[in-house]
Amino acid sequence: MGLKPLTFVRQVLAACIYPSLLLDDSLPHDVRKRAQCLLEECGSIGSYAPMTGIRKVLLSVSEFITRRDGIVSNPDNIIITSGSQHGIIVLLKLLVQSEGSVRTGVLIPVPCYISFKKALTAQGAVAVPYYLCEEEGWTVQIKELRRALHAARGHCNPMVLYIINPGNPSGHVQSKASIEEVIRFAAEERLFLMADEVYQSIVYGNGREFYSYKKVLSEMGSPYSNNVELASFHTISKGAIGECGLRTGYMELVNIDPEVMQYAYSLFTINLNVPVIGQIALDVMADPPQPGQPSYALYAQVRVEIFLTLMNNVQRTLEVLTGLPGITCQPIMGGVFAFARLHLSEAAIKHAKEKKLKPDFLYCLRLLEDMRLFASPGCDFGQEEGTYHIRMCLATPEETMEDVLQRLKSFHLRFIKEFP
Amino acid sequence: MKWCVQVLNPSFSQLLKSQNTRSEMAENGLLHHGKVLTVDTMNPNVKRVEYAVRGPIVQRALQIEKELKEGVKKPFTEVIKANIGDCHAMGQKPITFFRQVLALCSYPELLEDNKFPEDVKNRARRILQACAGRSLGAYSASQGIELVRRDVAQYIERRDGGIPCNPDNIYLTAGASDAIMTMLKLLVSGEGPSRTGVMISIPQYPLYSAALAELAAVQINYYLDEEKCWSLDVSELRRALEAARKHCRPRVLCIINPGNPTGQVQSRQCVEDVIQFAAEENLFLMADEVYQDNVYAEGCQFHSFKKVLFEMGPEYSDKLELASFHSTSKCYMGECGFRGGYMEVVNLDPEVKVQLTKLVSVRLCPSVPGQALLDLVVNPPQPGEPSYGTFIKERSHTLEVLAEKAKMTQEILNQVPGITCNPVQGAMYTFPQIQLPPKAIAEAKEKGQAPDMFYCMKLLEEKGICLVPGSGFGQRDGTYHFRMTILPPTEKLKIVLDKVKEFHQSFTEQYS
Repeated sequence: MGLKPLTFVRQVLAACIYPSLLLDDSLPHDVRKRAQCLLEECGSIGSYAPMTGIRKVLLSVSEFITRRDGIVSNPDNIIITSGSQHGIIVLLKLLVQSEGSVRTGVLIPVPCYISFKKALTAQGAVAVPYYLCEEEGWTVQIKELRRALHAARGHCNPMVLYIINPGNPSGHVQSKASIEEVIRFAAEERLFLMADEVYQSIVYGNGREFYSYKKVLSEMGSPYSNNVELASFHTISKGAIGECGLRTGYMELVNIDPEVMQYAYSLFTINLNVPVIGQIALDVMADPPQPGQPSYALYAQVRVEIFLTLMNNVQRTLEVLTGLPGITCQPIMGGVFAFARLHLSEAAIKHAKEKKLKPDFLYCLRLLEDMRLFASPGCDFGQEEGTYHIRMCLATPEETMEDVLQRLKSFHLRFIKEFP
Repeated sequence: MKWCVQVLNPSFSQLLKSQNTRSEMAENGLLHHGKVLTVDTMNPNVKRVEYAVRGPIVQRALQIEKELKEGVKKPFTEVIKANIGDCHAMGQKPITFFRQVLALCSYPELLEDNKFPEDVKNRARRILQACAGRSLGAYSASQGIELVRRDVAQYIERRDGGIPCNPDNIYLTAGASDAIMTMLKLLVSGEGPSRTGVMISIPQYPLYSAALAELAAVQINYYLDEEKCWSLDVSELRRALEAARKHCRPRVLCIINPGNPTGQVQSRQCVEDVIQFAAEENLFLMADEVYQDNVYAEGCQFHSFKKVLFEMGPEYSDKLELASFHSTSKCYMGECGFRGGYMEVVNLDPEVKVQLTKLVSVRLCPSVPGQALLDLVVNPPQPGEPSYGTFIKERSHTLEVLAEKAKMTQEILNQVPGITCNPVQGAMYTFPQIQLPPKAIAEAKEKGQAPDMFYCMKLLEEKGICLVPGSGFGQRDGTYHFRMTILPPTEKLKIVLDKVKEFHQSFTEQYS
């Protein structure tokens, strides 16, 4: 979407790919040192990586998690994945019984980004939707979780609770109390927790902080901390590093039955997909340049710039959207999307029905055709019956964001005139 | 409720009691012991997944390496890992041109650097232009970058003497393994006697058996003929198919050519026979051709299934459903870590193709650097370009050395009484048959180990050489083998072969 990659990452990658560059003085000293260290570990980036990941990278990741949570993380419980989707897909292979009389049910938030729903279907799991509460900013409601769970027990075996924090597309960041409630719920109802935390480094403050499920679980103490089974997911695709094309992330497993761990390892072994190049980028994400090192200044500066851009985009988007009649938007606490509600008129809804299209789909189609602006309709993500939404990506340079918002504004005003 | 409890069946009242206790416990914040995810509650198919190439023997090899590092004394100073087809790990040099272009793609500031030849820079620019946001770090289309798919299609056309290839039929994947697993996932369905059966050669590359176990497909074994250089006889295919029809629904025929672990390169006649058989028996053909550049033996040539299919005329080429696989991990590139690969699908039902496209979109996209590398592999430097000379030299050298090592391996192993080795016609492995004394077989059985696993474990402990036992790949009952790569540098390989020779002799003596 136009945001620049981080120089340090790319320099290290280039040096690992073409080690002759290590003889070059043009690359900063810390770049060369990091590349050398990683090359010593893996030999060549053209070699297969070891089963769960390159050891040095696993250690960097576990240290990253330890620093983040203030709680020791064991590298043996970390598996490097080929992106969070890959990790999710392989974990579902482990968890889901898709044949026989009772299929595994997986609790999934509404709204939820599309790939996860597809992954559930592909693995033959039963999706058990639980609705996030839009009026309260897309919060997770325990009584809604309970309702969904009890309704599901008749037709499947709900075993897994999948939760996204910060939310996609909702942008909600859970409070600590909310996370504790969810963990208690999972413990009482005997559910395996899957915590998708890929946007953890993009939180916009306003009194809200990111708490990892692992940290909160640990701090709740026994009997939760030593019993609740948890898989947390992170990736290099999001955050300031934003390297989606390199396909790498990690999964941390907590309180997993040791026998099952062996099977988890073997599943990841045959799904031999993790590129070495991505693991190198992951190492940099987990262990970035430190103050005093030559690359630090630029690294820190670009990260701040990216973050300021995102914050600006969030602010401007909320300003514009809430200024438009017929659009409301909950606060965007984290992540890179705005998921706004479209209050469409009866006329618009009727028109859509005539065209045999969902109303928000029609809106987005017209937006694309009239303004060359591509936004995703809420029907793709799931929403309460009779509500309509639109999701827009905010991870773009500020000028582009302005252009997007102007196009949307001008389209929306014409649309509501056309369908009063 | 009290009177109900007395009247009811005792076990039911027990259940009621325990449920009350459970909610009390939950209220008090106490939980049962017992995990949600256990070996009994997990997906039962996972239990059958095994992958010998990285199995228990490799675990032990890693442990021994650790012990050596800690200063534990052993009869050897290093573990030589001749188990996995990892070229670079064994000292094969990467192709300079590929690495230069990829470095520039990763860090485009290097485009200003005079060190790099013009053709390298042009290629990097061309690839970056085709990437979203001109960056390897952006998601690509799920099916793969269009430019790369077009280049792959043109490569296939050139390779196959002009037979057209539609870029829409090309799917870029994270190595061939990803493509194989995706196709199998699509192909496997049914229940009980109608469960999909998949024919695979014995011996086979254990990704197939692991994937079939994971998908709970029925594995249908057809035996390659060891006496005839691991060739394939259609009558054996027929036998296996007919036997299988009794308990499953055979739909797929998998063939690896050049073979892994066996290294045989099938003759053109054989390829035609297999196509004819698949057509007659209405089977979907999966052709694993990742070793297509690794052909060494005199008189052997790689014939792609696609090419032969089309040369057989419309009676076959209009109907037979085929998926061919290739990758950047083997041949002269050896770039396993990049996870680059593709599959070409031929005559796939259009509705199924839509589903396939949807299926691959779940994992978003394959590694973009891997796609970039694939582009270079199918589109190498041409005569007249600055990098051509070095490229040709490097490629020829790598392939020549592999050919020499293949020959040397076969010769040395065949000198050992009790070891017979078929010619290594292609790929990167040798799969010799080993005679094991009955006493050794008995001891292995006592230990609950496959006899060739027992042999390989001892070889590892005594000589520090890590091979994979034939039982990991499948073999005829009562025969034993091991798979060894021919990848270590020539001098080291010679040492490995001599040690294997010594070990075999002492092992045979020990257990006579």
